[in-house]
Amino acid sequence: MKILVPIKRVADPDNANKVKVSADGTQVTTEGLEWKMNPFDEWALEAALRLTEDGAAKSRVGEVVLVSVGPKEAVATVREGLAKGAERGVIVEGNDNDLDSNVIAAALAAVAKKESPDLIVMGKQTVDGDSNVAGTVLADKLGWPIINYAMRIETSDDGKTFAIKRDLDVGVASVKVTGPVVITVSDSILHPESVKNGVTPADFKYPEAEGGRYASLKGIMQAKKKPIAEQTLSGLGVDAKRTVTYKKFELPPARSGQTTFVESVEELVEKLRTEAKVL
Amino acid sequence: MSNVLVVAELLEGAARKTTLSAITAAKQIAKQSGGSFDILAIGEGAEGAAKELAGYGAGKVLTAEIPGGYTCEGYAPTVAEVGKGYGAIVATASSFGKDLLPSVAAKLDAGVASEVTRVNDDGSFTRPMYAGNVIGTLTVDTDVKVVTVRQTDFEAAEPSGGDSSVESVSVTKGDLAGRVEVLGVEVVKSERPELTEADIVVSGGRAFKSAENFTNILEPLVDAFGAAMGASRAACDAGYVSPEAQVGQTGKVVAPKLYVAIGISGAIQHLAGMKGSKTIVAINKDKEAPIAQVADYFLVADLFDVVPKFTEAVKKVKAAG
Ligand SMILES: Cc1cc2nc3c(=O)[nH]c(=O)nc-3n(C[C@H](O)[C@H](O)[C@H](O)COP(=O)(O)OP(=O)(O)OC[C@H]3O[C@@H](n4cnc5c(N)ncnc54)[C@H](O)[C@@H]3O)c2cc1C
Ligand SMILES: Nc1ncnc2c1ncn2[C@@H]1O[C@H](COP(=O)(O)O)[C@@H](O)[C@H]1O
Repeated sequence: MKILVPIKRVADPDNANKVKVSADGTQVTTEGLEWKMNPFDEWALEAALRLTEDGAAKSRVGEVVLVSVGPKEAVATVREGLAKGAERGVIVEGNDNDLDSNVIAAALAAVAKKESPDLIVMGKQTVDGDSNVAGTVLADKLGWPIINYAMRIETSDDGKTFAIKRDLDVGVASVKVTGPVVITVSDSILHPESVKNGVTPADFKYPEAEGGRYASLKGIMQAKKKPIAEQTLSGLGVDAKRTVTYKKFELPPARSGQTTFVESVEELVEKLRTEAKVL
Repeated sequence: MSNVLVVAELLEGAARKTTLSAITAAKQIAKQSGGSFDILAIGEGAEGAAKELAGYGAGKVLTAEIPGGYTCEGYAPTVAEVGKGYGAIVATASSFGKDLLPSVAAKLDAGVASEVTRVNDDGSFTRPMYAGNVIGTLTVDTDVKVVTVRQTDFEAAEPSGGDSSVESVSVTKGDLAGRVEVLGVEVVKSERPELTEADIVVSGGRAFKSAENFTNILEPLVDAFGAAMGASRAACDAGYVSPEAQVGQTGKVVAPKLYVAIGISGAIQHLAGMKGSKTIVAINKDKEAPIAQVADYFLVADLFDVVPKFTEAVKKVKAAG
């Protein structure tokens, strides 16, 4: 099985308190922030690796290709994914300011057409834009189904059909889909038993981990030699146009009022009754 | 002048309340563009749902009856076909709207503004980004604008007493209908109010340590308040409570009159889902926990000591009326 995993580098979300906007409000300034792989993409990569390995024997049985659209510096993020076990990388060079979901989806579609993967597994959203759009638009451009918010993925014996549980607001939907298909993952995909690929023993459990597996030292060494192809939008024949324009960025208004530290349950209840008037 | 199409979200043959926020947003967009709005009820039971939706002042209510469960592949071609003459297509940014509308946009070469929190007079839209740490304002530069709106930022529309005409539209079958088979949907039913609609939300975090403690310690407090139950991702991940309860950047966004966060540290991703609440109470052992940034009242205490007392105290106040 060959899986394409689109990944984006984002300003470290745990540093988001330090995200600033420029004085004229036209830019989000990311100076001084660390870059990392979008967490949802990290989790998508974990799912893709689980789908293409024997988890118990720790051996690879398929191929994971990473693709990132963005500045050349995103190569470091691709390298991070290669260190975790992906086989190859592709960078499609583009200036983040010229990209929106439409252009990104078009670029990813162009790469997918060249690579013809069995599956595309990706994050449901980036944590900088928080859009939750690119996966669905990509599927449409390819003429493939989209399965958003996957929390469990099970492959059939022939590896062509997938039973997927989707995490919805109202509960959980179970669907069956025949590939090729675009799957976006929700955070529940990190569950120790979220992926069953028919190769890893059915009772195998992955360790609990916040962000998926770590790169091993060996993995980091090997990643240095793994190929990363460089592409351009024009080279791929992508002529998609941006469909949205950001005019202004602002910091959110601070919450008014201060924190009152209460000493006891009695005092808390009293304040909720008489001050906040919510009880 | 251009008109706006609202895509209603149906569950078991009735419109979910999420739809009413989309109607409010559609009215704002229509007013700003000098047009009117229509509603499309699509899915199983669309015709039944249309009767209720006809009372909200829409120009007309369109119905597309599609049997079987929801799939993006099964619905998007029809929504795109119906939507192509409109200036904007709007739904609420629930897991339904966020799944369906980008596909509709792709079919119409339209741009998407997702999780919009404000419709501006100049036709632009405002939305949170970076887990709510940046507020962006954007324009959608295509003929059709596809918009999903945050339920907590658009009040539910009230029935206006009107009686819109109801027309059925033909279903457009795309090439992919049938590629995705819905085996079932487990709808989590609860006697409690819906998280996104409740006046009071009481949430628990990792500190509860077990599902039993959630049931035995947190739930009585939730019920004493008559509240909805929420949770941090850590609590959902650990299986203390099902994932629908998750509040935050990836979970639900809530903005109740009162939000009580117990044993929750207040990571930015959690704050993203609740910092719009009117009054915020934190109960935490650590007075430095980041939840203090947004808390109005903070009780520094061990939850295992104080939550049962809190429950009793709330019951007493309620009983006293
Ligand atoms: C991309 C991404 C998206 C995410 N989305 C979400 C999301 O939607 N929602 C969400 O919640 N999180 C989300 N997270 C996770 C988030 O970063 C935190 O890991 C999570 O919110 C922590 O949950 P918690 O506060 O319950 O646990 P912890 O951070 O472990 O906090 C536990 C708290 O309980 C207190 N405590 C411990 N024992 C007691 C006691 N006996 N009595 C009282 N207090 C006690 C501690 O002082 C601490 O403050 C996301 C993370 C990422 C990377
Ligand atoms: N620049 C990019 N390069 C590669 N993949 C991307 C890029 N931007 C978004 N994606 C993918 O699209 C998903 C959804 O992103 P978004 O719609 O922007 O929230 C992400 O989780 C990524 O998998």
